[in-house]
Amino acid sequence: MKTILKMLFVSSALLVFAACKNETATGTSVESSTKSDVQTKNQGQAFIEDDESEPNLLQIAIGSPDHTTLVAAVQAAGLENSLVNAGPLMVFAPTNAAFDALPPGTVEELLKPENKEKLAYILKNHVTPGNYSKDFLKKFKKVGQASGEDAAVEVKGEDVYVGGAKILASVPAGNGIVHVVDKVILPAN
Amino acid sequence: MKKSINILFFLAIAAGLVGCNNGNDRKSGKGQGGLATNAAERVYVAPGEHDEYYAFMSGGFSGQLSVYGLPSGRMLKVLPVFSQNPENGYGYSEETKPMLNTSYGFVPWDDSHHPDISQTNGELDGRWIFINGNNTPRIARIDLKNFATEEIIEIPNSAGNHSSSFITENTEYVVAGTRFSVPIPQKDMPINEYKGNFKGSLTFISVDQETGRMGIKFQLIMPGFNYDLSHPGRDKSHGWFFFTTYNTEEAHSLLEVNASQNDKDFIAAINWKVIEEYVNNGGGKMVPANYAHNVMDENTHMATSTMLKEVLTVNPLDVPGAVYFLPTPKSPHGCDVDPTGEYIIGNGKLSADLTVHSFTKMLDAIKNKKFDGEAYGIPILNFEDILAGVVKQPGLGPLHTEFDEKGNAYTTFFISSEVVKWKVGTWEVLDRQPVFYSVGHGMIPGGNSRKPFGKYFVALNKITKDRYLPTGPELTQSAQLFDISGDKMELLLDFPTIGEPHYAAAIPAELIKNNSRKIYKLAENKHPYAAHSDGDTKVVRDGKEVHVYMNMIRSHFNPDNIEGVKVGDKVFFHITNLEQDFDVPHGFAVIGANNAELLIVPGKTETLVWEPKQVGVWPFYCTDFCSALHQEMQGYVRVSPADSDIELSWSLGED
Repeated sequence: MKTILKMLFVSSALLVFAACKNETATGTSVESSTKSDVQTKNQGQAFIEDDESEPNLLQIAIGSPDHTTLVAAVQAAGLENSLVNAGPLMVFAPTNAAFDALPPGTVEELLKPENKEKLAYILKNHVTPGNYSKDFLKKFKKVGQASGEDAAVEVKGEDVYVGGAKILASVPAGNGIVHVVDKVILPAN
Repeated sequence: MKKSINILFFLAIAAGLVGCNNGNDRKSGKGQGGLATNAAERVYVAPGEHDEYYAFMSGGFSGQLSVYGLPSGRMLKVLPVFSQNPENGYGYSEETKPMLNTSYGFVPWDDSHHPDISQTNGELDGRWIFINGNNTPRIARIDLKNFATEEIIEIPNSAGNHSSSFITENTEYVVAGTRFSVPIPQKDMPINEYKGNFKGSLTFISVDQETGRMGIKFQLIMPGFNYDLSHPGRDKSHGWFFFTTYNTEEAHSLLEVNASQNDKDFIAAINWKVIEEYVNNGGGKMVPANYAHNVMDENTHMATSTMLKEVLTVNPLDVPGAVYFLPTPKSPHGCDVDPTGEYIIGNGKLSADLTVHSFTKMLDAIKNKKFDGEAYGIPILNFEDILAGVVKQPGLGPLHTEFDEKGNAYTTFFISSEVVKWKVGTWEVLDRQPVFYSVGHGMIPGGNSRKPFGKYFVALNKITKDRYLPTGPELTQSAQLFDISGDKMELLLDFPTIGEPHYAAAIPAELIKNNSRKIYKLAENKHPYAAHSDGDTKVVRDGKEVHVYMNMIRSHFNPDNIEGVKVGDKVFFHITNLEQDFDVPHGFAVIGANNAELLIVPGKTETLVWEPKQVGVWPFYCTDFCSALHQEMQGYVRVSPADSDIELSWSLGED
């Protein structure tokens, strides 16, 4: 009896291993699979090598020493690909100083992985579908942000404020325009 | 000791099992590279085997319709529809030229957008496929036995025929909604008087169930909004049709700003059964119009174009209960109805959320008159009263939604370049996958019908950038095939497409392939210039026109020597392919022809016009490698000076 049992064990063990052997035919996929997970993270239009086209919104932000916080936030929220598509998009880009003006600890808190969605929502509140110069924006009473919320447009003399943030400078991009602003446009929700 | 051995065995087995599980996980891993998974195997269709589905993809600005096999992504054919096709002479031959006739004259190009396969009881039946021409408003019907465009009807009082060509669930109607509102009837007036004066037409074209012939039943003359896309009600909502609108602001300039001012635009809900009854009882107003109706005769192989001079219009205010507006946020683009017919999805392209209306709640709101004002006399239903739910923050820039048979919806997002799967009813996001790049429409075989075949999802992408070998600044668009049979979508394959693929439609191959025509029977060929036998061949002069009654068979033309043609003549080569064997077309090309070749399939007669301008002896030949003696398949035409008195003669095989 015991031998039979043993035999059973052996044969079932063999079966299991045989099944595994079939799997090992694709065994190399262990590495390539993990590799492609990494690829999934770093794939999309944001990661295309292209030094001929006019820089896109993301490239402009990355190239600006005044926007390192914003770039870190975009990366933490995984929004790179949303800034490089055909758009057109307007990005209201708060400066590092604008982020610094938030209550202490806010930025650090938002950059935590568990707050990824919250951070993405706040960042999307800085993006408008469209491509309008500061002057042209004066025609608007409000703009509809990618978050789904509206941001009021106010004109004070020569200055234009969007969602309470003042446009300091504007840089045209291949897929839209970056308006540098002095405040973070916090969503109402 | 024995015990410990047994334990060892157990451990070994357990380890083996664990190893295997890992292996399985790996197999269904998310990697997009073919090698990382068994994706290659799942799209591989071995040589000689057939694909499981036909996919018909709009050719976009090529004006055509392309046919692919799924899952292989192999292109099977490009069907010429709205554009001339030199490859087979469509739009160049005398028989097919009338297909491209319009009230603007001969229009040899269009922008094809949304194919839709005919249905019976809301299920794909594979009889015909319809597609719209966007630029010069037209609807075409392609027969899926012949894989040929058989009919094109022009749409009067329309401009930018975008919200078409979608069909009701028994193919009672194909609709054509205008994207651009225009003065109806057209007239000379200032553009800035658009508001209140321009109108949008929604055209319902009836389809004869035997012949497929189309005829405009009525045009609903609506306020001057932009009517973007549409979808018929299904099952419980059969009898209704839903059209998305944008520019309810009625702006006439800089629409990217001025048409985005209202928080909500509308989905227009049209009870077409009520309007049908109204017009059947004599309702509506017949008004002057001018539009072409072009039909290809299957037996004469000739198209005729008829100009129609009036169209029945209906004012929505004259038919109580026929038209309502459903407020829908932010310039909705795609308008989609789930297979049960209960949910109407507005894909607000500038919205961060997807809005889902309930058909049941809509009927209730109508019954209880829960209105929130009116627009040009058309009642606006109260948004909150008809809302079924909202898919919160699914992505950026929603465009279109398709459905599987398991209660899931798949929405494409242009800006965030992804496909998002969500649950109908709970509105919960289940999965998201990136696409490469910027997807427009998505398509599941039968995914807009009552019976989807939810095995594959095809993303139709606008942009490919670095996805393929570069081909200069003009790059292809692409389709990406996802396996959606599991909980998570899995990218299997991407392949290039022609033109810009807007919408597509796919159907199980079994529903079509056995009906596909192999040859046209010579006995049924009623072409007036057909040369059924060698005894019928001749060359006839009628003033400056010379008609050649020619036939062709492996491997000669009859006649192949023609004399007596003069400079200034207009020579009509009427050529009949006498072959009655599967897949033996012959081509015909003649030097200096100012049009194209002919590709004549077995049993057909086609005509090419040639106007010789130079004296000489000029060859013609077969362009399709038809046989072992294909290179011998040729002939000569002697062209003499205009004042020559050489008589017409023709021959084959004479010294």
